Amino acid sequence: MRNQRNIFANIDWITVLIYLALVLIGWISIYAAVYNEEHHSIFDISQRYGKQLLWIGLALVLAIIILIFEGQFFTSFAYPIYGSVILLLIAVLLVGAEIKGAKSWFQIGGFALQPSEFAKFATGLALAKYLSTLNINMKDLRTKVIASVIIGIPAVLILLQNDTGSTLVYASFVFVLYREGLSGNILLLGLYVAFLFVLSLLLRINDFTFFDSITLSGDQLLMIILTMVAALLIYWTRKLKKAWMVISFALIMSLGLIFSVDYIFEKVLEPHQSKRINVLLGIESDPHGAGYNVNQSLIAIGSGEFVGKGFLQGTQTKFDFVPEQSTDFIFCTIGEEWGFLGSFFLVALYIGLFLRIIFLAERQRSIFSRIYGYAVASILFFHFLINIGMTIGLAPVIGIPLPFISYGGSSLWSFTILLFIFIKLDSERINVLR
Amino acid sequence: MNNLNERKFIVGLIFLIVGFVYLIRLFNVQVINRKYKADSDHNVLRVITEYPARGLIYDRKGKLLVYNEAAYDLMVVPRQVAEMDTLGFCDLLGIPYEDFIQKLTTARNYSRYKPSVFEKEISAESYAQIQEKLFAYSGFYVQRRTLRKYPRKSAAHVLGYIGEVDAATVEKNKYYKSGDYIGKSGLELAYEELLRGKRGVKRILVDVHNREKGSYEDGNLDTLAVTGQTIITTLDAELQEYGELLMKNKKGSIVAIEPETGEILALVSSPNYDPNLLVGRDVKKNYPVLSKDSLNPLFNRALMAQYPPGSTFKTLQALIGMQDGVITEHSGFPCIKSYVGCHNHPAAQNVEQSIKMSCNPYYYSVFKRILMQDKSKSIFKDSEIGLAKWNKQVKKFGLGQRLATDLPAIKSGFIPDVNFYNKWYGEGRWAFSTIYSLSIGQGEIGVIPLQMANLGAILANRGYYYTPHLIKEIKNTDTIPSIYRIKNDVGIEQKYFPPVITGMNKVIEEAGGTARRAKIDSIAVCGKTGTAQNPHGEDHSIFMAFAPMDSPKIAIAVYIENAGFGGTWAAPLASLMMEKYLTGKIKDQAKETRILEANLMDVKPKK
Repeated sequence: MRNQRNIFANIDWITVLIYLALVLIGWISIYAAVYNEEHHSIFDISQRYGKQLLWIGLALVLAIIILIFEGQFFTSFAYPIYGSVILLLIAVLLVGAEIKGAKSWFQIGGFALQPSEFAKFATGLALAKYLSTLNINMKDLRTKVIASVIIGIPAVLILLQNDTGSTLVYASFVFVLYREGLSGNILLLGLYVAFLFVLSLLLRINDFTFFDSITLSGDQLLMIILTMVAALLIYWTRKLKKAWMVISFALIMSLGLIFSVDYIFEKVLEPHQSKRINVLLGIESDPHGAGYNVNQSLIAIGSGEFVGKGFLQGTQTKFDFVPEQSTDFIFCTIGEEWGFLGSFFLVALYIGLFLRIIFLAERQRSIFSRIYGYAVASILFFHFLINIGMTIGLAPVIGIPLPFISYGGSSLWSFTILLFIFIKLDSERINVLR
Repeated sequence: MNNLNERKFIVGLIFLIVGFVYLIRLFNVQVINRKYKADSDHNVLRVITEYPARGLIYDRKGKLLVYNEAAYDLMVVPRQVAEMDTLGFCDLLGIPYEDFIQKLTTARNYSRYKPSVFEKEISAESYAQIQEKLFAYSGFYVQRRTLRKYPRKSAAHVLGYIGEVDAATVEKNKYYKSGDYIGKSGLELAYEELLRGKRGVKRILVDVHNREKGSYEDGNLDTLAVTGQTIITTLDAELQEYGELLMKNKKGSIVAIEPETGEILALVSSPNYDPNLLVGRDVKKNYPVLSKDSLNPLFNRALMAQYPPGSTFKTLQALIGMQDGVITEHSGFPCIKSYVGCHNHPAAQNVEQSIKMSCNPYYYSVFKRILMQDKSKSIFKDSEIGLAKWNKQVKKFGLGQRLATDLPAIKSGFIPDVNFYNKWYGEGRWAFSTIYSLSIGQGEIGVIPLQMANLGAILANRGYYYTPHLIKEIKNTDTIPSIYRIKNDVGIEQKYFPPVITGMNKVIEEAGGTARRAKIDSIAVCGKTGTAQNPHGEDHSIFMAFAPMDSPKIAIAVYIENAGFGGTWAAPLASLMMEKYLTGKIKDQAKETRILEANLMDVKPKK
């Protein structure tokens, strides 16, 4: 229990500095995105940059409060925290306010709070708590089921709030499970399913004609090729016992997936969601509808060129051409005003942060801290992956914020809490005895 | 756990790969690909809708009936409004200060960056004044648009009017956006799709200060506004105006048709209104006034009012009788006033004289023969068979059915059939004796003035008609709707027409004819008077005619409500119209003056 008086002792300053850099970049970008000659004062609370300054101040206070806590607190109270957040998620479904189609906000006066943001770190804590208990083995079915339930409950509740984007974030926990022993084949399987899904989507709109007489649609062709590949595989592995069963099973599942692509696409997904996927894959072009945001976003980012237009000189971003300029599409402002250099710096900063968190996680003596560290890295990474990916046309348009940068109190605070709990846990790593 | 320890490298690798892929993409978008640079280049896009000018409408002789006049909307971009002399600005526009504040607030609430309409439809004159001083007020500019203008102030019912599209239409039809104008009635409605043209879209690049910098992607995405098509109507503007003049202070309508084409030369409904009243923002003010007027000027009597045809119907009865073989042109019937009332005249010896003298008992007898052709022993059944056949024949004349003319608001008229009387009296409970008033065009028959004029055209053509229409030509195309090119045969052999037509000529030319006032020197006019019994007041005066007798150029129907006997007012009025059309001038000034000065509006209701 050295240096117990000093709350800043042993904290990882590299992580804190990257955090502060990102928050500052975020504020500058919000200022640029909503910049308006009529309002000069950066403290103008009627403007988003003024408000964000307030949120940042409160976030720093939150960070310090977290550092004051004993790390032990989060370990001990992981389940109660998780439980309360679940209760909040249920409550918001009942009494929440609806903003932009998602019923995920508590409206208190002029102030809106989004509990789903806080569910992220709570789920991370609960998962860490559960997986760090003794005699846990990821290979057990029971472990997999319970871990899935811990992740699944908030995910489903958030889906019920009609916030698909935030629900998808819970998929990122697969990295945590993987690190803790989940078979890597599951990752590969996930990749294979996604690949098959996209491939049949791309192929099903084309017809192929053979010998001038047989016409097959693309997905039928895909099925035939898969069957032929499976037949070859069975032939080659005929000496191996039961290999044919595995291959046949895989084939049947694959064919079933291709069959159901239509159904999933037309019935399960909302029309705007399937449209966004179509636009992303280039199947459909819709520069004024679903493709509008991405097109405008690309123009803004692309027009930044190598060195950017300079601070406040961005024009694409000034006139509300890219909607959600200061929230989901904040990266456009950075890309436009700071160019490739700025984008490079930001991407590098994020990747640096993620790798640093993994590095820190791996040096933990406590399994709880390590797992939580992975949860932090995975959640942040997933937001980065989707958010930047969507602005540069590599991911479908899913409205989730860019950590520490996007405008918004709830998301900034939740990411701050998420990260600083880990920083606190890390700072106490020496105290922990395994 | 050893192998699990290595998994940190795999997770880290995934992070690195994503970062790397994103950087490659960013490098491509920001540095290599030139498309986005060109799109932006310190500029942003502004989309401007270009409204096409609506198509013009001309009359058959090339006289302009409808054109577009420039009007100006004062627009405001609230963000650009600077400190200014607000009171001076209010003075300039002639609006109170409160209005100014309220309008600016509305615009601000809509958008600070996007332009909104500050003041609508400023006239060209006011625009000239405002334009001079507008430079002093930043954030305000003027956008040009067009208003319909009707230089001749006539033919309001034919031309119709345009107005802002309603929400239901915007919902249904993708083309329209809220605030667009659309034809609401008349030709403006009927030929909306031709007249409206096609909206264009222009994308221009503007800089941070909203200055125009050129077109977006070299204008490749722009679409040009396509001007609405010019339409030439069949109307003869001079004849139309003359008709409106003659109908001053009279209720009723005139329809004139060119028999050999079915082209409508004039379509007058009186009282009428100046079409310029229903233009632009005046609509809100004027429409309620017009629609509440007790004389109902918005009501197009020529197409919407149904009257019994009266004695004009006898021409048709004679033709059917001859076609059915129940009479010949030499058949004579005594004038027995106990059947049905008549005026004093010598007995009609043949069809010709029966038309000339308009003998009621004669047609009582003719219609009796038409209905009761001994097809059945029961007089009820016999009348039923006769009526069914008669009804079918009458409908071939375009009566009792909607004529497919261009104007959509049109009534079908009514020709009673077996069903109708079965419902009315009960099956087997009516016979010729119940419904004999049909014989002289009274009773349950309803005919609109257009159908009456068309009957004139059929007689003029000796047995066929083209559906009366108002479209003569669509500029730069050589088609009009094909339905107006179809010859409709009425199923009466041509040889039966001469006696009726000679009779119609004698109505005017010979002593004892019922419409001597319709005589025009040098032109052989054929006509038939009618008086439609009106349970609500004085009878309606009707005249149906065509001229010249041997090579007809015009067929006409005139209805004057509550004006009594057809020969008194409707016949001379019709003759003036025909003379004007055929010769271009009026010889008999006294006749013209009599009609012009007549005020038949306040005829006392019959006691």
